[in-house]
Amino acid sequence: MAQINLTVNGKAAHAEVESRTLLVELLRDHLHLTGTHVGCDTSQCGACVVSVDGKSVKSCTMLAVQAEGAQVITIEGLAAADGTLHPMQEMFREHHGLQCGFCTPGMVMSGIDLVESHPDGLTEQQIREGLEGNICRCTGYHNIVKAIAAAWPLMHDKQMPQAAE
Amino acid sequence: MYDFEYHKPGAIDDAVKALGADAEAKALAGGMTFIPVLKQRLAKPSAVVDLAGLGLTGIRREGNALVIKAMTTHREVAMSSEVASAIPALATLAGNIGDRQVRYRGTIGGSLANNDPSACYPSAVLALGATIVTSRRRIAAADYFQGMFTTALEPDELITEVSFPIPEKAAYAKFPNPASRYAMVGVFVAKTAEGARVAVTGAGNDGVFRHAAMEAALDQSFTADALKDVTTPESLMNGDIHAGTAYRAHLVGVMARRAVMACK
Ligand SMILES: Cc1cc2nc3c(=O)[nH]c(=O)nc-3n(C[C@H](O)[C@H](O)[C@H](O)COP(=O)(O)OP(=O)(O)OC[C@H]3O[C@@H](n4cnc5c(N)ncnc54)[C@H](O)[C@@H]3O)c2cc1C
Ligand code: FES
Ligand code: FES
Repeated sequence: MAQINLTVNGKAAHAEVESRTLLVELLRDHLHLTGTHVGCDTSQCGACVVSVDGKSVKSCTMLAVQAEGAQVITIEGLAAADGTLHPMQEMFREHHGLQCGFCTPGMVMSGIDLVESHPDGLTEQQIREGLEGNICRCTGYHNIVKAIAAAWPLMHDKQMPQAAE
Repeated sequence: MYDFEYHKPGAIDDAVKALGADAEAKALAGGMTFIPVLKQRLAKPSAVVDLAGLGLTGIRREGNALVIKAMTTHREVAMSSEVASAIPALATLAGNIGDRQVRYRGTIGGSLANNDPSACYPSAVLALGATIVTSRRRIAAADYFQGMFTTALEPDELITEVSFPIPEKAAYAKFPNPASRYAMVGVFVAKTAEGARVAVTGAGNDGVFRHAAMEAALDQSFTADALKDVTTPESLMNGDIHAGTAYRAHLVGVMARRAVMACK
């Protein structure tokens, strides 16, 4: 068994895990953060996407021990303490970017990574390509793409540049 | 997944020793191939040696070569201005591997050690005549790839970096499998000091290969037109549920012509 220490959603977390424990198992089974989902066993669906040290990763394809000392953010860590939703969550609601909701935690986390890593603007094409690692069986993606585009000006606190639209 | 011991050494020598001391120990890089394999119980290593603590990331220019360390991620290669100015084709290749999350974690060393017959990097390494630098020697691309999932690496030998001679121009064209994003057919074309080079991944029934007939045609005239009548023997092709041998042979021609047109 390995002792691991990391920061999850801004709080120190500690757990005793087997070496084979996946990061997603640490989050769901040990820390009881069940918002992060598991939708496949082939690392293709993206339901499990979280942020690790500012990078968007599939938590089903990373060992918990590899996250020693890391800063992890999950879907539970996005809303403010008073319940105010993160702009990305708010835009998913506004634009009806979900149906069953299974893929949504991963979509929201990937969307945030996409917006944050494109400070100069984000095209529809870039959003669609940026979601290649996230599969949704319900929505047809269109409203998810709209929600992410709508979150860009809110997260960067400025208008989307014309050229990038 | 079967359980194993986890080690994270801080020096290459220690990692090599850990692998040498235990025949069942395996290295872990980005885990984008290895962890799915473990999850399916297709491997049962006694110990997993994480290479993340070895300081093996970075990209540098060395004379007429671009050197990429083994643990450099696909994302880092795709975003590197050094790569974009020296071998832009390599940045494009890395930027189209899998998806964003795969590119944030997956590494060049892991891809080359694995030598998946539909992986992208092997075609660039073979076409550019790169050198695989390991913990004990330097291996020429031509000697390195030995068929599907097989390389010249010994069990306790680690890739430390890859040195790519900079070509006059090059491009990579891939027809991705729509589900996995791996290459159904990928063709890397380069105009090098030694002549035209064409390496094909995803299509061959024995892994990545050089397409001699296409190279000869491009040596005559480095244009897409020169490839019009060059065929690819179906007997060399892999056929599976995604594409039959005739379709793949046809795609090799299409992707090669697209790559020649995209060369820069
Ligand atoms: C959904 C998905 C889509 C993908 N699409 C593509 C694609 O389009 N094109 C493509 O090329 N690849 C694709 N991949 C594979 C991806 O590129 C992997 O990153 C790569 O194959 C393995 O690299 P890794 O760093 O993750 O290695 P790991 O999975 O950690 O290791 C792979 C193997 O290499 C060995 N190894 C790792 N590093 C070294 C080293 N330095 N020296 C010696 N041995 C080493 C390990 O022991 C293991 O056997 C995809 C993967 C996924 C999950
Ligand atoms: S659960 Fe499907 S990619 Fe992680
Ligand atoms: S909303 Fe159901 S899978 Fe995306």
